[in-house]
Amino acid sequence: MPGNSLPAAVELVRFLPETILVLLGTLIMVLEAVTGDRPKTFLGHLAAAGLGLAACAAVYAHSSPGEAFSGMLVVDGFTTFFRLLVYAVGILTVLSSCQFLTRERANTGEFYALVVFSVAGQSVMVASHELIMIFIGLEISSIATYVLAGFLRDDPRATESAVKYFLLGSFATAFVLYGIAWIYGATGSTELTAIRAAVDTQAGREGAMLAAVAAALMFVGLGFKVSGAPFQMWAPDVYQGAPSPVSAFLSAGPKAAAFAVFLRVFETAFGSIGPLWEPLFWISALLSMTIGNFAALVQGNVKRMLAYSSIAHAGYILVALTARSEVGTAAVMFYLAAYALMNVGAFALLGHLTRKGERFQKVEDLAGLGSAQPLAAALFSIFLLSLIGVPLTAGFFGKFYIFKAALDSGLVWLTVLGLLNSAVGAYYYLRVLVVMYMREASEEVPPVEALSGGLRAALLACSAGTLALGIFPGPVLDFVNRSATLIR
Amino acid sequence: MHPVTTAHYLWLSAALLLIGTIGVLTRRNIVIILMSIELILNAVTINLIAFSKYLGQAHGQVFAIFVITVAVAEAAVGLGILIALFRNKETILADEVDLLKW
Amino acid sequence: MTDTVLFYVFALLVLGGGVLTITRKSAVHSAIYLIISLIGVGGLYLLQQAEFLFAVQIILYVGGVMLLFLFVIMLVNLEQAATERQFNKQWWIALACVLAVGAELAYVLYRGAAAFQFARPSETPPAPGMGNTEILAQVLFSEYLLPFEVASVLLLVAVVGSVIMAKKRI
Repeated sequence: MPGNSLPAAVELVRFLPETILVLLGTLIMVLEAVTGDRPKTFLGHLAAAGLGLAACAAVYAHSSPGEAFSGMLVVDGFTTFFRLLVYAVGILTVLSSCQFLTRERANTGEFYALVVFSVAGQSVMVASHELIMIFIGLEISSIATYVLAGFLRDDPRATESAVKYFLLGSFATAFVLYGIAWIYGATGSTELTAIRAAVDTQAGREGAMLAAVAAALMFVGLGFKVSGAPFQMWAPDVYQGAPSPVSAFLSAGPKAAAFAVFLRVFETAFGSIGPLWEPLFWISALLSMTIGNFAALVQGNVKRMLAYSSIAHAGYILVALTARSEVGTAAVMFYLAAYALMNVGAFALLGHLTRKGERFQKVEDLAGLGSAQPLAAALFSIFLLSLIGVPLTAGFFGKFYIFKAALDSGLVWLTVLGLLNSAVGAYYYLRVLVVMYMREASEEVPPVEALSGGLRAALLACSAGTLALGIFPGPVLDFVNRSATLIR
Repeated sequence: MHPVTTAHYLWLSAALLLIGTIGVLTRRNIVIILMSIELILNAVTINLIAFSKYLGQAHGQVFAIFVITVAVAEAAVGLGILIALFRNKETILADEVDLLKW
Repeated sequence: MTDTVLFYVFALLVLGGGVLTITRKSAVHSAIYLIISLIGVGGLYLLQQAEFLFAVQIILYVGGVMLLFLFVIMLVNLEQAATERQFNKQWWIALACVLAVGAELAYVLYRGAAAFQFARPSETPPAPGMGNTEILAQVLFSEYLLPFEVASVLLLVAVVGSVIMAKKRI
């Protein structure tokens, strides 16, 4: 018998944030059942507070970095950064959905519990150093989000979005698994450090083919999860059909966690066979940027336009991944933080602007917003300007570091094409701004209510964060630069 | 007759993966698409068991247990979503799910 | 020798069942052929001395998941679906993709013996006298304790999720 299998106290501390989240999710489910017909907004606030507590636990766990549970889990700067990022996305999502759910008469505890469970899954993904753990985290996160996408079950659009997300998501999962199985066969392990050691000895020889094919299979699966082309086709339908706060969550949380897994798996485990898989990233980055931006140009529906733009943004992040350097890793981390703030803000606000039942999603429906709701219009402008990448916003520095990293690694063509793409992108964001400020509101469209409560707080936090990262990027940059060196 | 090697199992698994993929990509009935996904997951476990035997470790089998767990969880949620879809739209054909453009 | 024959018998069950699953008109027929395919996979587990997984396969898959499938097939109206076109219009694109991937996989597998390196088998065989279930339990509850616990969260989420989606009103 192996000796004492009880984990040490320090290992439990390293796993504390996830423990808190699981308990929180369960607590919300129980409270939902025992509070009967009372309004459930307090459960949303409880979820936000609990996520905040988990963030504190993540910071506390950071003070004792290292492995836990026989190498399953690693706590380092990289882990802490992504943990905090997905918790922040979770908090912003629950705060901005209270009002939305009340309006749609679906304000129940299950919604908050599913968000919390999904965040717990993402947290497991980013902290794991072992493929089975990463995979289970991915599944927890995905299953919860499939249900969230179809949470408004009486809305046919939402159900449809859930079906599409589920079918393509589980298809992608199956490919990830097939890849992991081959990695296990090729290297005899599922632990990333051991895989790396095995791949290192095979690199350059013919035998590395098996590992390379396994890497390609995993690329297909993870490519689906980050909605990178050519695996992007689900994203517009799912983001458009899902309730807006859920689209906000989908486009930020699961995506950030999937990119974290990309970095960990491909850089840590497959670093030495880089030349074999690098072209995949190159092609995918270029396709994502081009398809995303050009398809967004012709969209009349703002939600669908934002969905295509999120494909384009995945493309920019893939450019930084192609750079395969520490600068590139740091750029990915910074961009994901910036992107989470501006995109969650944009989608959450859009959920409010589309009025009851999310019936008014067209660009023209936003006409006259500048005079009717100056605060909402100003916040939306900040998010859109940041998505364009205008200086003094987070998006500018994000893009700047990505293209700098790409140039440092000699990817001149990719950088040029990326810059051209972001110029194209500016057009469709600006079009929304023009309609919002220059056009008169039409008569048939009911007026937008004022922002209030949790939504207002969440949006103000998003815009403050977007501006702060754009004006004083220093502290965050320092942290990502230090953390990026740890995972190699 | 040649003895059966690990490669035989890998061939079999690859064939099953292809059958499942064809099913997912070509069928219209969502229930059958779900079944095809189950086929792919079984291809994964065949691989894992073969590797586990070849490497003389139990790890592959433990992994297979997790794969089966996930397959079960996915099937349950998938069928739940399917029931919600049927209640809304009275169809289970993938290309009649077309409010959004696809 | 017996092993070889059994392998081909089970392989035939797996592949034949699989092909019939994806080509039948009626979902009930597909489900029956899927069961046959899954039993074939279970047989392969036995050949590879994974007895515990064989039991799991039969109880969970054939007993549990397939029952779930059949229940849902009865709940939703399939008469209309069975009389309609069975394959979607993009089937030829799909088929082309699959053939490309298939050719690639076949090439890689064909180069097999020479081009592949599997990991070296472990030198220390498991202690004699330990059954398959015992060995599995030891690995599962020592090294893989954490994934085991986390998997319970996965099941919880699946239960909550499927109840939310399937119940009458939110």
